[in-house]
Amino acid sequence: MTFSADIALAGPQLTLAIAALVLLVFGAFAPRATTVMTLGSVAALAIAAYYAAFGTQGRGFAGGLVADDASAFSQVAIFIASAIAIPLGQKWFAQRNIRNFEFPVLILLAALGMAMMVSAGDLISLYIGVELQSLALYVLAAMHRDDAKASEAGLKYFVLGALSSGLLLYGASLIYGFAGSTKFDDIAVAVQAGAGTGVLFGLVFLICGLAFKVSAAPFHMWTPDVYEGAPTPVVAFFAGAPKLAAMVLFARALSEGFSGASAQWGQVLVIIALLSIGVGAFAGLAQNNLKRLWAYSSIANVGYAVLGLASGTAEGVQAMLVFMVLYMVDVTGFFACLAALSRAGKPMETIQDMAGLMKERPGIALAMTAFSLSALGLPPFSGFWAKFYVFKAAINSGLGVAAVIGLVGSVVAAYYYLRLIKVMWFDGGVGGTDTPPVEAKTIAIAAALFSFPLVLGALVFIDPLAKAAAAAFGLA
Amino acid sequence: MSIGLAHYLAVAAILFTIGVFGIFVNRKNIIVILMSIELILLAVNINLVAFSVYLHNVTGQIFAMFVLTVAAAEAAVGLAILVTFFRNRGDIAVDDVSVMKG
Repeated sequence: MTFSADIALAGPQLTLAIAALVLLVFGAFAPRATTVMTLGSVAALAIAAYYAAFGTQGRGFAGGLVADDASAFSQVAIFIASAIAIPLGQKWFAQRNIRNFEFPVLILLAALGMAMMVSAGDLISLYIGVELQSLALYVLAAMHRDDAKASEAGLKYFVLGALSSGLLLYGASLIYGFAGSTKFDDIAVAVQAGAGTGVLFGLVFLICGLAFKVSAAPFHMWTPDVYEGAPTPVVAFFAGAPKLAAMVLFARALSEGFSGASAQWGQVLVIIALLSIGVGAFAGLAQNNLKRLWAYSSIANVGYAVLGLASGTAEGVQAMLVFMVLYMVDVTGFFACLAALSRAGKPMETIQDMAGLMKERPGIALAMTAFSLSALGLPPFSGFWAKFYVFKAAINSGLGVAAVIGLVGSVVAAYYYLRLIKVMWFDGGVGGTDTPPVEAKTIAIAAALFSFPLVLGALVFIDPLAKAAAAAFGLA
Repeated sequence: MSIGLAHYLAVAAILFTIGVFGIFVNRKNIIVILMSIELILLAVNINLVAFSVYLHNVTGQIFAMFVLTVAAAEAAVGLAILVTFFRNRGDIAVDDVSVMKG
């Protein structure tokens, strides 16, 4: 393949990299031009999404970069989520008199890292993508510099994130050594010929590192602290898109590199999935802070996505993609609601703060009700369809028992979602909430409308796209 | 006794284990945690270079270069976050990193 053909494949990544550098220099000279920064970065994400959806497909850079239906599908979803996070965060920081023009640039760099992750065809590009994304997210978590909680969240995220990168990298080095190559295609050949202990050992480390990144149990301990401490719009961003990116990377690495060892990694993934569902459901029961609560909810939900992947079939990967996209809308919408709410300038973050919200802010209360019911998996909300796909895939590949345990987990988790709804609808409130900023409110209402009823129409498009994306991984 | 691949892998595994334990067992200072992270990454580099020589394949050394570069960036970001943490708390003892629990 010629160099110019390689460059054409990297259209989305190059757009984002150039836009991030240009905007960084622009911001250094005009730090107060936040509108230009916002518009510029959203435009860059739109162009990148256009390239991802309609650009050329193939493998370039000696197999290091893959542009296929799977990368296109997830890149478009990631870029939309990133574009939504930018106005949400800009407004939130402006309200607190924090003027940092770096925010959109960091979102762009994180989006670039995620775009690298979903199109990695090689352990080196996998590592670079993961690190690019993680380094931008560490800084975003600690963006609220004068807040003790935010800097603690950033520090914890950094230390545990760096540890997980170390595990991932140690696994990558062992796989390279025992399989003789860093390319997924070559690793697949080596694994087919008989995976030695060394390769499987490396694979376990790789799975541990990636499980950290998607916050699946037993590697979830950073999630509640980071979600609680980090600025709310930043949480809205990194609860969604980075997890989708890491799940796609997970699927690609396992199905393209290790399809010959699917019996081994399938078992590991089932255990991770069930542990995540259990931890998310039971530990969430004791939480009072809504950001912590939704951190546990996200651990449980990642468990369902991993269960889809554990099926080891194209149907399972399709279920995982549909699940992550629908979940991303829910979680972004929920944290947009939290970003919109404040009482006398103080953020409202505990369940008690939400008392009587239905009378005061019916729009946001209805949206939060929709997200809770959706995360709980009640039909006809989007979360139900997401879980339906996962359970169907799990049962079809002989994981019926795991699907039943997953169902029990979501019944347990129903308690905390319903508790929030009860407090919002039926408890007496103290009043005095501030007028929500229009950006956050619009995003919240739009996401709630997507969760029901728009999802019914959207699934008509998402279903075949996810199916084509899953087929790109070449699983049966 | 000639030094072979197994010896390098053993050294790397020991360094890696020391690094991981340094993060979990260390109860004093966050700087020590940053040092442990570097130790993990350097263990990986020993692995990569040893394999690269053993396999007569240059990819491992290129990978090691990438790891070195990213490790530098990671240390810079980590220290920057540590500085904001210090400005808020006036201390960087590990025991203080516990406002949030549950």
